Amino acid sequence: MGAGTELGRVRGLGSAKDGVHHWWLQRVTAVGNLVLMLWLIFSLVRLPSLDHASVVLWLRQPVAAVPMLLLIVSVFWHFRLGVQVLLEDYSHGAARVIGMLALNFYVLAGAAAGVFAVLKIALGAA
Amino acid sequence: MAGRPISPRPLSPHMTIWKWRVHAVVSMTHRITGNAMAMGAVVLFLWWLIAAATGPEAYALFLSVATGWFGILVGIGFTWVFYQHMASGIRHLVMDTGQNFDLAANRASAFTTFIASVVLTVATWAIIFTTKGF
Repeated sequence: MGAGTELGRVRGLGSAKDGVHHWWLQRVTAVGNLVLMLWLIFSLVRLPSLDHASVVLWLRQPVAAVPMLLLIVSVFWHFRLGVQVLLEDYSHGAARVIGMLALNFYVLAGAAAGVFAVLKIALGAA
Repeated sequence: MAGRPISPRPLSPHMTIWKWRVHAVVSMTHRITGNAMAMGAVVLFLWWLIAAATGPEAYALFLSVATGWFGILVGIGFTWVFYQHMASGIRHLVMDTGQNFDLAANRASAFTTFIASVVLTVATWAIIFTTKGF
C-alpha cells in the first residue's frame, strides 16, 4: 500500500480497476450453486424414472424450470470466473488471450444452449 | 514461462520439495475438480438437457450411454468430483469469514472434505441403484 489515494483504497480499486469484484461474485455464485445443485440432485434422485417422458414432464413445471434456469446462470458464471483464474495462473501472453476468448465463447454458447433447451421444454415445445 | 527473466538465482522451493500436507492436497483438488467439471461435467449436463429438448430418440441415445457401465463410471466419478468441490468450497466460505485458521482445526476440516465427499457419493449412488433399476 502507499500508491493511490485514500478514496481509491476505500473503493478497493487497484491498477486493475476491478478490486474484489471477481472474488465476491465467485462467492455469491458459490452459494447459488450450493443451493441449486443440491436441489437438482435431490430432484433427479426423487424422480420415479429418468426416461424422456418423466424428465420432460418434470421440467415443464415452473417450480423446476425456473430453478434450472437460475442454476445454468449461477454455474456457468461461477466456472467462468474459476477457469479465468486457472488461465491467469498457468498461461501467458497470446495463449492467455486466446484461452480467455475461447472460455468466453464456450461459456456464452453453452449457457445459451442450456437456457434454450430448458425454455423449449418448459414452454411445451418438446 | 514467457515474461519471466532468466536469472542464476535459485528458485523458490516447489511442489517436489514441500512436504505434502492434507491442506495443500485439498487446495489442489479444489482447483482440479472445479476445472474438470467446467470442461467435462458441463458438456454432459448440456448433452442431457439438449437431448431432452430435442426428442425421445436423441434422449434415448444419451440414456443408453449414461446407463452403460462406462457412463455410470463417469457419473460416479463426477458425483465425487462435485461433492469434493462442494465440501472444500464450503470450507473456503468458512475460512473467508476468518474462522478455521487454527492449525489442528484447519487440518481436521481439510480431512473432513474427503470423508464427506466419499460418504455423499456412496449415499447418492446407493439411492440411485436401489430406486432407478440400473
